[in-house]
Formats: sequence, structure tokens, C-alpha cells
Amino acid sequence: MDFSFSSDQDILRKSVAEFLAKECSYETVKEIEESAEGYKPKLWKIIAELGWLEILLPEEYGGFGDPFLNAIIILEEIGKAAFPSPFFSTVIECGLVLLEGGSEEQKKTLLKKIADGKLIMALARYEEDASYFASGINMTAELSGDEYILNGTKMFVIDANIAEKLIVAAKTSEGVTLFLVDAKADGITCTKMPTIALDNTCEVICENVKVPKADIIGEPGKGWEILENISTKITVAKSAEMIGGAKASLDMTASYAKKREQYGRPIGGFQAIQHYMANMLLAYDTSVNYLYMVSWMIDEGIDCTKEASALKAQVNEKYKFISERGVQIHGGVGTSREFDIGLFYRRAKAYEFMAGDTEHHYEIVAQKLLD
Amino acid sequence: MDFRLTEEQEALKKEFEDFFREEMKNAPPEYGRGGLEGVFDTDEGFQFHRKVAKKLGEKGWLSRAWPKDCGGIGAPIVEQQIFNEVKDKYGAPGVDLVGLGMFAPTLIIAANDEQKERLLSRIAKGEVVYCQGWSEPDAGSDLASLTTTAIKDGDEYVINGQKIWTTGGHKADCMFILARTDPESKRSKGLSVFHMDMNLPGMQVRPILFMDGKHVYNEVFFKDVRIPARDLIGEENKGWQLTLDTMNFERSSVGMFAEGRVALEELIEYVKTTKRNGKYLSENPLVRQKIARLFTDLEVGHTLAYKIAWLQEQGGLSFAAYAASEAKVFGSELVLKIADLSTEIMGLYGGLAKSKWAPLNGDMVESYQFAMGNTVAAGSSEIQRNIIAWMGVGLPRFK
Repeated sequence: MDFSFSSDQDILRKSVAEFLAKECSYETVKEIEESAEGYKPKLWKIIAELGWLEILLPEEYGGFGDPFLNAIIILEEIGKAAFPSPFFSTVIECGLVLLEGGSEEQKKTLLKKIADGKLIMALARYEEDASYFASGINMTAELSGDEYILNGTKMFVIDANIAEKLIVAAKTSEGVTLFLVDAKADGITCTKMPTIALDNTCEVICENVKVPKADIIGEPGKGWEILENISTKITVAKSAEMIGGAKASLDMTASYAKKREQYGRPIGGFQAIQHYMANMLLAYDTSVNYLYMVSWMIDEGIDCTKEASALKAQVNEKYKFISERGVQIHGGVGTSREFDIGLFYRRAKAYEFMAGDTEHHYEIVAQKLLD
Repeated sequence: MDFRLTEEQEALKKEFEDFFREEMKNAPPEYGRGGLEGVFDTDEGFQFHRKVAKKLGEKGWLSRAWPKDCGGIGAPIVEQQIFNEVKDKYGAPGVDLVGLGMFAPTLIIAANDEQKERLLSRIAKGEVVYCQGWSEPDAGSDLASLTTTAIKDGDEYVINGQKIWTTGGHKADCMFILARTDPESKRSKGLSVFHMDMNLPGMQVRPILFMDGKHVYNEVFFKDVRIPARDLIGEENKGWQLTLDTMNFERSSVGMFAEGRVALEELIEYVKTTKRNGKYLSENPLVRQKIARLFTDLEVGHTLAYKIAWLQEQGGLSFAAYAASEAKVFGSELVLKIADLSTEIMGLYGGLAKSKWAPLNGDMVESYQFAMGNTVAAGSSEIQRNIIAWMGVGLPRFK
């Protein structure tokens, strides 16, 4: 039994935290939120140079073969900073799809470009039905000579507006298939959907979009399997970012409660506030330690589908709880755009649905326990 | 990061498993689902506790964690945790929570050699059951306001007053009592710790039946009760500090999560084999969500418990101190939640007490009642939350 991080991991966490504190204050976060791009290309370039974007890469593709836990550390710090960037869509989601299902050629060229900060990608899987299952995929891909013709509408696609390439899940005669698609290809219309997180959620309409046969990821009909195989890692990764956000909410609320005075003393001296905050800390401590255990299971190659789902369900509920109490304890200023707690309150709601909502993940746990 | 037990720890765990599995085959029906009610409500249950305690004493398992000069082997905290987890997984008796869990640590740091020889060795052998003389009718969470006095008179102390919520007071051999030795003193000053025998002249134990009619708690009255002065533990008037300074023994509440996991396994078996409206309960989406929720709570709680033990072993006492409060509040509220959701799932059957009709032997309906004792006893959930806020969040203490 050992709950400690290695000294390299401590250094990694410190360097990510310090960089984000210096280069991406909450003021900057709010500016980025209000921009059309929803990220800062200059920062993206620097974090590529710092090596963050190759965190999942095995040595044969130019990475260091870091344990998955190192990605978790970066994501926690990104969550604390509320750092808006295509890290999750590009490095985590698309990076994992390519690693799992990509050809050698695709891995060599695309993963390297991602690591160098020269390629932003977006994973287009959900549709109007808002289903997390394969049955929700209705976009069609019809074979015509050496090309597939894609028709349909993808929704909730994060960062499609800034991506150069999309990974699109569509139905061929063999079943769900993943396609590598130029984001600016003829027939694609990308529109930002306004969200509570003020992020890059997009609708992507495909009208007779032509994709060469060679740009299939994996094999026709094997697309869903690829998504299933990486879903545990994606689920845990999103949970890590949310837990980081929960930690920031907790810390800023604690410092506010110690500072803000009413009736001649800090409001943190009142038992009502103390009990809220005790519950918030308990919610955080139970979540974060479980995050590390599930990440460890991934690194050890232990099947943890059930545990990853339990984690995301837990974090969905606790991040909302912590940030909601955070706003309440801040009082009136907590509801303002000027104060920072609202950044987290909004993200907690948005991230609840990403990589599976609470009901979805509890059902996965139930399947494992009961069926 | 490494969440595995070592080979030695796995072997030890197996040894504990084998022992408790075997012993529990001899549990009398009156012992029921165990816990304090199983041990203290009936003579049969209490005798079973004594038998298992003696065997544990013979194996030297009760005192494993004690320092060598007190008769132990200085076993690490994680090993204590494994022991506690296995014991509670089987719902086994044999560990006197007051004598072994609270009084022994006090003796180890404060008793003189004669007391250690006389009192500690009996605890190690599993020969004695203690009850705790702390709470009073007007001193509950605010323990330092207690008024029971112990006034020195020659080579004796004379005790007057009343204690309450005395778990097992009607069965215990001895009490470990906190009383005011300086009658002029206020609050935490002027208190002292004593060992005393039960059933001395002037003592009266009256039952306080639990809401389900079981006899676990008592109130104890003292009228000019005389105890020998040699049974003062530590220095006179320094008892309060002594109660805070007990040794660093395992306090991760892991047993509650172990007990909860067993309850969840039984619930899973129940919903998979019980039909309502033509369908198995396990097919009902609401039931599925509830079970997944309980699994999640047990997982995160169990992991926190191991983190606490690991930190205690590393000497990370400041986190361990408030996190122990977190585990206690979370674990005790979870035991109640398991009972609540289980009985909800049972529907009309959920209210049935132990009988041929009751699902799962009526355990959950019993737990739904007795679990309310756990969120109050040994520092109520509210007091635990104060501690978390002060020590964990760093919010100012109120006076």
C-alpha cells in the first residue's frame, strides 16, 4: 500500500500548476471564454514545447511512455485553472482513438503532429438523440468507388470549430465506423452551440462529405469497439479534470470564508458554514483518493470498467455539490461574473454530461454487479 | 502509487479470515447480526463474545499493536486495519471496543508499571470487558462540562454523580471513568481518569432500552462509591489531556465499510432472486441506480479508510486526524443509508422485523434503527463536522 507520488510526478504537478498560475489567470480564462476560438494558440504552442501534449505517447511514437497517472496529474491542474484548451478533445479523446485503432501510418503522422502542437482534433460521436450508445449513431457513410459519402448531423462536438481534423463516427453497411475527416472539407458546416461552460461545443452537419477509404480508423464496422475500449480512460481523465475544479472551488471558498466578516467575525466561524465546508472537503477527499486508485488500476492493466464508472458518477455529483455550496458561501458576489467561483459552478454542470452522465455510469456499475 | 497488499499482509489476512470464518460457525442465534446489540442484549451473545475474546487473547492478536515493553509486537497500523476489516466483515465479536480500543492506549502512555502489569495483561488476554464512564445527562458533546466528582479521602477516592449512555454497563467487569477530582475546577481542568470495578457498593446500573427494545445502553449512578487511590491513571487533574493524547492506533473506520460491503452483497443476492410484478427487482432501473450508488459510496469510503491508515503509518497525523473524522461521519451515515435504501427496495417487506417473513433475516430493518446510534455515539456527526472544518479546512474554532 503506497499512496505517494514519485518525485518526478511531484515535479510535473508543480510545473503544470506554476505555468498555469502565471500564464492563465482566471481573468484570462474569462477572456478566452468570450473569444470565438475558445483557446489561446500562443499558450497551446508553449504547452506543446513543455511536453504536455505527448503525455500519452509510448516511446515508439516519440513519447516517454509515461504512466496514465501523469496525464491525470496534468488534467487535475488544468481543472484547477479552468484552463480552456483543446487538451481533452485532442490529446485525450482523439489521441486515445488513434492509439487504439489507428494504422501505423496514422499514428506516426498524426500523433507526432498533436504532440508538436500542430494539429487540433475533435471527436464527433454524439447526435441529436443524445445517446451514449451505438444506437444513437445515425449518420450514414455510403461507399461509392474509393470514397465514402457521409450524411447526417453530429452534435456536442468539442473543439470542432478550431480543429483541422475530425474523427467522425458513422454507420456503414458493416456497422459503426470511424472516419478521419478534414474539418474544412466540402459539405461540412460547423456551428458553435452556446453552453453554460462557454466552451467550444459545436454542431457539425455533413452533407455529401467525401472521405477516401484510406481514412478509416481501424476497420469498417469496428468503430464502436474502439470507442468502447478507450472509454474507461476517457471517463477517468474527465473525472480528473473535474476533481481539479472541485479542489479549486473548495480552496477559494475556504479562503473567502476566512476573510469575509459579518457580525464582527469571519463567516467561517459560523457552524452552518463550517458544516457545509466539512461536507465539501469530505466530498473532495473521497473522490480524489478514489481517482488515484482507479488510475493505478489502469496503469496495472486491471479491468476497472465498473470502478471508472463509479468514479465519474461520484465526481458528477460531488463537483456540482462543492461548486454549488461554493457559490452559496460566497453570497451575492459568488453569482457575479467578476468573482471566480462561477467558472467552476458552470463547468461542473457542463462536464456532468461529458464522457457519460450519472445515470449512464450508475447503469454500467449495475450491469457489472447484477447482470 | 501502489494499492496492493504485500505478500505478508495477504498471508496475515488469510490467517484472520480462517479464524473468524471458523469461529462464526459457533455463533448462537441470539447473537443475530452481531454488533453491540448482538454482544450485549442477551447472555448467550455475551458469552459468545467472551469465548472469542479469550481465543484472540491466546493468539496474542488483541495486543499485536502494542509496544514490546507492554506485551505487544508493535504491529504496523495497516496490519491492525486488516484485522479490523476482516473481523467486521464476519460481524465477529471478541474485541472490547472500550477496553482495547480506548482504555488500553491510555494505559500504555500513562499507567505505572504496577497498573500495566495488573490491568493491561487482563485486556491482552481477553479476560475483561470495560464500559466507558464519560457522558453525563448534561455533558454529551460538551464533555468537559461533566460534574461527577471523585474526591480523595485517605488512600481512596469517593465517587458521586451519574454517567449515561454506558454501552454494555450491565455486563461489563470494569469501567474507565472520567471524573472531577477538583470540585472547584471548571471544564477541562481538574478532571482525572480512573479504572474501577463494576458492582461496587453505592453503584446502580439501570437499563436504557434502545428504540427496538434491545438492552445495550445504561445509566450508572454513584453514591459515595469508594475506589482505591492506586487506580488513578496518570496524574490527578490531568485527565483531560490524557484523553486527547491516546496513542496512534488504527482509526480509519474501515470496519464500517467492510460491514457495508457484506450488506451490499446480500442485497444484490436478494434483488437477483426476488420477483415483483412479474420481474426480478434487479431489472428495475430505480433499484439498479440505488445499488450502483451504494457500491460507489462503499468504494470511495474504503479507499479513504486505507489512505488514513497509510498516512497514520507515515506519521501524517494532521491529515489522519481530520480524515478519521471524515471516515467516521461518512461510514456511520453510509451504514444508515444502506439500511434505508435496502428497506426501500424491499417495499412492504422493508418494515418487517426478524421473523420467517422478513427478507435478509430482518437485518436491515434492525440496522435502520441501530445505525442511528452510530451517527450519535463516539462524537456525533455534528461534532465530527466541526473537527473537519477546523482541522481540515482551517476555519476558526468557536469558543
